[in-house]
Order: sequence, then structure tokens, then C-alpha cells
Amino acid sequence: MLSEDNAFITALQLILSLDQTLVGIVSLSMQVSLTAVLIASVLGLPLGAAVALWRFPGRGLVIVVLNAFMGLPPVVAGLVVYLLLSRAGPLGELGLLFTPSAMVIAQVLLILPIIAALTRQHTEERWEEYREQLTSFRVSRLRSIPTLLWDARFALMTVILAGFGRASAEVGAVMIVGGNIDGVTRVMTTAIVLETNKGDLPLALGLGLILLLLVALINAGAFLISEEAKRRLG
Amino acid sequence: MTTGRLLSALTGLGLALAVTTQASANEEEQFITLASTTSTEQSGLFEAILPQFEEKTGIEVRVVAVGTGQAFELARRGDADSLLVHDTTGEKAFVEEGYATERQPVMYNDFVLIGPADDPADIANAESVEDAFSRIADTEAPFASRGDDSGTNRAELRLWEAAGVEPGGEWYRELGSGMGPTLNTAAGMDAYVMSDRATWVAFDNRQDLDILFDGDEALFNQYGSLLLSEERHPDLKHDLAQQWHEWLISEAGQQAIAEYELDGEQLFFPNADAD
Repeated sequence: MLSEDNAFITALQLILSLDQTLVGIVSLSMQVSLTAVLIASVLGLPLGAAVALWRFPGRGLVIVVLNAFMGLPPVVAGLVVYLLLSRAGPLGELGLLFTPSAMVIAQVLLILPIIAALTRQHTEERWEEYREQLTSFRVSRLRSIPTLLWDARFALMTVILAGFGRASAEVGAVMIVGGNIDGVTRVMTTAIVLETNKGDLPLALGLGLILLLLVALINAGAFLISEEAKRRLG
Repeated sequence: MTTGRLLSALTGLGLALAVTTQASANEEEQFITLASTTSTEQSGLFEAILPQFEEKTGIEVRVVAVGTGQAFELARRGDADSLLVHDTTGEKAFVEEGYATERQPVMYNDFVLIGPADDPADIANAESVEDAFSRIADTEAPFASRGDDSGTNRAELRLWEAAGVEPGGEWYRELGSGMGPTLNTAAGMDAYVMSDRATWVAFDNRQDLDILFDGDEALFNQYGSLLLSEERHPDLKHDLAQQWHEWLISEAGQQAIAEYELDGEQLFFPNADAD
């Protein structure tokens, strides 16, 4: 179809012209999703490792809940955060609704379970492998966490990238809590929805291509870093 | 330990980004959040008139464009400072319920009936909009309804009632989505659909669709601005919202609305003096 050919041309034109609106939207997208990934990783990596190492009552339930929340629909996450941040809600006083911060919170809620659940999986396997060694050196469980995370770093890099992928690709949550406000909370995915709604399908698809390209670039960067690190550290 | 250093560099970068996001959010002080409809946003009206208002008052208007039903809900919860919607009945009820203290007519345009160009229900020759709706129901030609409690949806349901038809069955398709997506879907399944003229004129993916019926008085589409109740939500930016409300119905605001054209067509007609 003609319009699909046009999408590539539209995408190319947008990139080449360095359209200011587009640059703003792209950088907000990246800021929001990278911040969300950073926060979710800082919380999720130790959380996942802790669940892997300790045995406590209800541990099975925690694992099931974490795994189940990997499938949390973005629109539900958005709705929950909306109800929390709404003026009539418990955190309404903070005035965070319809700001980038609200979008970060919603995305953290979406990707924290992914990062925690997959980290649990990866560190548990390594814990079974190294457990005797670590305990014979009298390394406490708490002190073992950094060792295990470091050992699993290449696998965890993929986990973090999966989290970033989900954050940058979702639209349901940021649409509700951000409001898709022009110049304030409009990101790539909500801009794509808007252009689709206006029936400007080539522009919508063009924006989609740009988003895909950006995510591919970030993945390529991560791939190169880990290859380089593997080579140097053996 | 290149990787270690890289990781800490990345962490630093992430934190810096987080801080800049926060800083840029703090810089913009004077703004209000306006809950409004998709038609006003997607037709490009706000893009044209908001800069004029901002230049005059220094107040930025942040538009959250949703269906009228959802806009009312946002305002009810205190999540918007101002409201510009198109459902006169709902707006008056909103004032009566005490959520708003004042409602002013601002502008109007009209709804149009759109359908596949070959017009299987022959609505182009209908005598009135009720007649057009009856013809669609009689031929059971596919009709795409918003089904989302928006202003357009509410108006459409009132017209079915006026036509004496209880819409339902295979041919009546409730989509539960905004005007744009509904037009996209209608274009895909060659269905009849009712749209406000502004969204239609700004809409690109028409395929085989065309305006088949318009001009009936019953298709009049009035937009109103509401001044929200200070009593209900004392924390809102009532002063700024009032400036916006008054500008909309002022001579400057009305002129800005009248001057906005898309493809040489005026999309909204100011009528603050109506009622």
C-alpha cells in the first residue's frame, strides 16, 4: 500500500529535519523510561535476589505474585496510579497527576515485577551452585547478594533491557496518568495514538519506526558493552 | 573493571536525567489543566488559540483531551482546573450538582452523518436527521457508534430516541472509542457514523467515506465552558481558570476562535452571546 511506503519517507524526513517537537517528544520518552528502568532496577535487583536467597513463610506466594504481575496490563497500572495521584486520591496533595513523574511511577509499577521476578530466577540458579562455597567462606546471605548479582550481570543486562522495552513501548499507563499534554507529557507512544486517531497513519507509523530505531540503538549499545566486557574479563 | 565504571556512569546519567525532568517540571509555574474533548484538540483549534491566550496572560493551558463523560469525571475528582465540553444537558446538570458555579456557551459547530459513498441506506435524500437514522435502522446498514459516553455519543443516542429507534443488533456496533478511532473503524467496515465536523475535516484516513447528510438543526453541537466550584475543590487554580473562562467569551477569544480555519474551512463558530 502506498501509505506504508510513505511511512518510511515520513520517518526519514522527521529524523533529517530534526523537528523540534519530535526531539522534545523523543527526549521525554527516553527520560521517563530510563528513569523508570533505573528506579525499578535499584529496587528490583536486590528484591529479586533476596527472594532467591531467603526461605520464609509465604515465599511461594511472593514468587507467584511477582510472576503474575509481569503480565499486569498497562492500562490497569495506569488506572491504579491515577486513582492514587488524583486530587480525590490518597496522594492527591502531591499534585503529581499529569506530570512526567506520574508517568515514571506508572512505568516503575509495570516493570518492577519483571525485573524482580527474572532476577529471582537467575540468582536462585547461581545460589544453588555457589551456596556451599559461599557458606564455607562464612559469607552472609546479605553479603552474598552483590556477588550473585555481579556473577549474573550479563543475564541481568537482558532483564533490564526487557524492562526498558516494556516501559518505552507501553501506552495505556502513560496515557491515563500523563494525559498526553502537548509539550508536557506527550511521549512517542501517546503521539502515535494521537496521530492514529487523527487518521494520519503514515505519520503514526513513521513515529513508530523512529521509536523502534531508538530502542534498537539502545539494545545495540548494551550488546556492545557486554561483548566488550566479556572479552576483557574472559 | 570497565563494566563497573560504565555501570556507575550510566547510573549517574540516569540520576541526572531524573533531576532535569524534575527541574523542568518546576520551572513552568503559571499553568492550568483544562479537561476538554478530543474534537477541540484534534482539529488543531487549541494549537491556534492557546498561544494567543498565553501571550496575553502568561498562563499556559495544558489540555487533557478526553471524551466529555471522562472530562466531567476528571473535573468531579478535582483533577482539572477548567472544563470545555459539548454536552449542554450534562453541563447544566454539572452546575446543578454544585460542581460548577457557572456555564457559558462559547462556540458551536455541527455534527455530520458520514457513510460509504454508495450510501446503501440512501440517507442523502432523507428529509430530516430522524429520517436518516430510521433509514439506516430499516436497511440494517452497519453503523459505528462511539459507545463511550462522550458528548457525541450522548447526542447520537438522543437522535436515535427522537427517531423512535432502539439501536441494537448485528448492524449497530458500539466501539467504545474516541472519534478518530471510530472513524478509522468505520472506514474499515464501510459503516455509517456520526461525527462532529471539526474532527472529520481534520481526519485523513477517509478511504470510501463521505459526508452524506448535514444541515439539520438537530445536529447543532454547542460547546460550553464551565467555571468549577471553589467550594468543592478549594485547591484548584480558580483565579487562573477564571481568566481563561473569561478570555474565551471575550471579544479577543471569540475572534481567535472564528479566525481558526483548516483547509480554508472555519471549524468553530463563536456564540458566547447565545442562550
